[in-house]
Amino acid sequence: MKILVCISHVPDTTTKIQFEADGSKLNRAGVTFVINPYCEYGLSRAIGFKEEGKQVSITALCVGGPEVEPTLRKALAIGADDAVRIDAAATDSASVAQQIAKYADGKEFKIIFTGKESIDFNGSMVPGMIAESLDYGFVSFATHMELGGENGQLASLKREIDGGEEVLEVNLPVVVSCQKGISEWRIPNMRGIMAARKKPLSVTSPSDVPQPVSTVKFSYPPAKEPCQYFETEDTASLAEALAAKGLF
Amino acid sequence: MSVLLFAENNQGTFKKTIFEAATYAYDLAQSMGVALEAVSVGAVSEDELNKLGNYGVSKVYTVGNDKLNDFINSAYAAAITKVALASEAKAVVFAQTYNGRAVAPRIAVKLKAAPLSGVFTLADAANSFGSSKMSYSGKGVEALSVNAEKMVITVKSNGYKTEENPSSISIEAFEFNPIEKDLKEIAKEIVKASEGISLTEADNVVSAGRGMKGPENWGMIEELAELLGAATACSKPTADMGWRPHHEHVGQTGIQIAPTLYIAIGISGAIQHLAGVSSSKNIVVINKDPEAPFFKIADFGIVGDLFEVVPKLIEAVKSIKATA
Repeated sequence: MKILVCISHVPDTTTKIQFEADGSKLNRAGVTFVINPYCEYGLSRAIGFKEEGKQVSITALCVGGPEVEPTLRKALAIGADDAVRIDAAATDSASVAQQIAKYADGKEFKIIFTGKESIDFNGSMVPGMIAESLDYGFVSFATHMELGGENGQLASLKREIDGGEEVLEVNLPVVVSCQKGISEWRIPNMRGIMAARKKPLSVTSPSDVPQPVSTVKFSYPPAKEPCQYFETEDTASLAEALAAKGLF
Repeated sequence: MSVLLFAENNQGTFKKTIFEAATYAYDLAQSMGVALEAVSVGAVSEDELNKLGNYGVSKVYTVGNDKLNDFINSAYAAAITKVALASEAKAVVFAQTYNGRAVAPRIAVKLKAAPLSGVFTLADAANSFGSSKMSYSGKGVEALSVNAEKMVITVKSNGYKTEENPSSISIEAFEFNPIEKDLKEIAKEIVKASEGISLTEADNVVSAGRGMKGPENWGMIEELAELLGAATACSKPTADMGWRPHHEHVGQTGIQIAPTLYIAIGISGAIQHLAGVSSSKNIVVINKDPEAPFFKIADFGIVGDLFEVVPKLIEAVKSIKATA
């Protein structure tokens, strides 16, 4: 069974974000980039299927320029079998989803894992758009996934919903957007890192796709007023301040 | 032509996030000079549907097929798209719920529409300016432009005002029979996390972290939350250690929230935690470490022992509520 794991290349979670002075884009100077944490959950779950004895091959895919290749190498070190870079700038959810869908079309991936969102653009749109473009089933915000049924073609999943969790089944092929719970992150070991150097990483030319949404500019959230402090002995004044603002 | 709202119900009722999305959709419809219509899928009473009229909805299409009482991604996408075409919708608006975010992207592809996710300012259709959303997990704001005839929009929870705009409403049944292709996902069971307030739509949230020293001490957090009508939340380490359930974990890798009031107790404020809660409108921090990073984005703070402060805060809130 072929599994595609879509990887976003994002600033490390501890990075302090700074934009170029004109707000056109992120200032990348000194920023470390990593696999989007939610995508890493999907990669880890795919590797879990292999460890359970299922015959799977795992392709890691990223849309981006040459700068994303170290991130793909890390995915290979963690356990992907091969990697593909679609040589296009990841500028918006619609074009990224279409690039991925056009690459995957006809290649018979049974499962396409994505993160529930990327931690840079926070859109949540890419996975559902891939599913629709390929006419696959779609399970979002998945916290658990097992394969069963005849020839492992039926997936049982749990997904987060407002105020609880939903248990559901879907026949493969399926796009699954992952979040915490579906698997634990894995740290690549030295053997994996060495093996990753020899694993194939191919570069594919982008497809011609529309870009219906563009970023005009980035800015910062409004600065906050300094914190108003209260003494421990004066907790009542804090409660009164909250009440005065109508907060309870 | 219209702006079409997906009036998502939660076991037959509309929650606050839908009225917030309806307010956004109404303002958008007004700016575009078109009607606000809505689509409701599944079993919802007429009384409940009529509530949409309070928020400017002039017509609601109801899709009442028995197969659609549970959320099925493919089928809901097909149904909403058919209604959007019948309604000649220029924009389809969703609340940024789990189901809203799951179904909106499918519809964006079906309608060849521009997808706008988690927006909190009004789209200005007249000049292709497609409103703003948070980026970089709350560390940035991204202004967007649109180059498409139609838009599919999810509205950030607690990100836009909720305002009544009463109008007369008509209810029209819309026939939709899902075919096999529309039933890819099979709902089996809904497991409710708790009877409490849902974190994503809570106005108030009381959250606690490692400073609590152990799960046995959470009683006072729950008591304070109940007094404030708040949902409870926690930091990543406390969820990872099993002190609290994972569905309470707020932060970059947990749930991202934007309540009106967020009280952080015994949480230092790691950058990943702040990324998930920094959109909160009023932040209270209680921590014994005056250097805790959380104080930098707090509106109100107490530097002190939480085991001393929280019981006093509970008594103070009780006292104010008793005299109110």
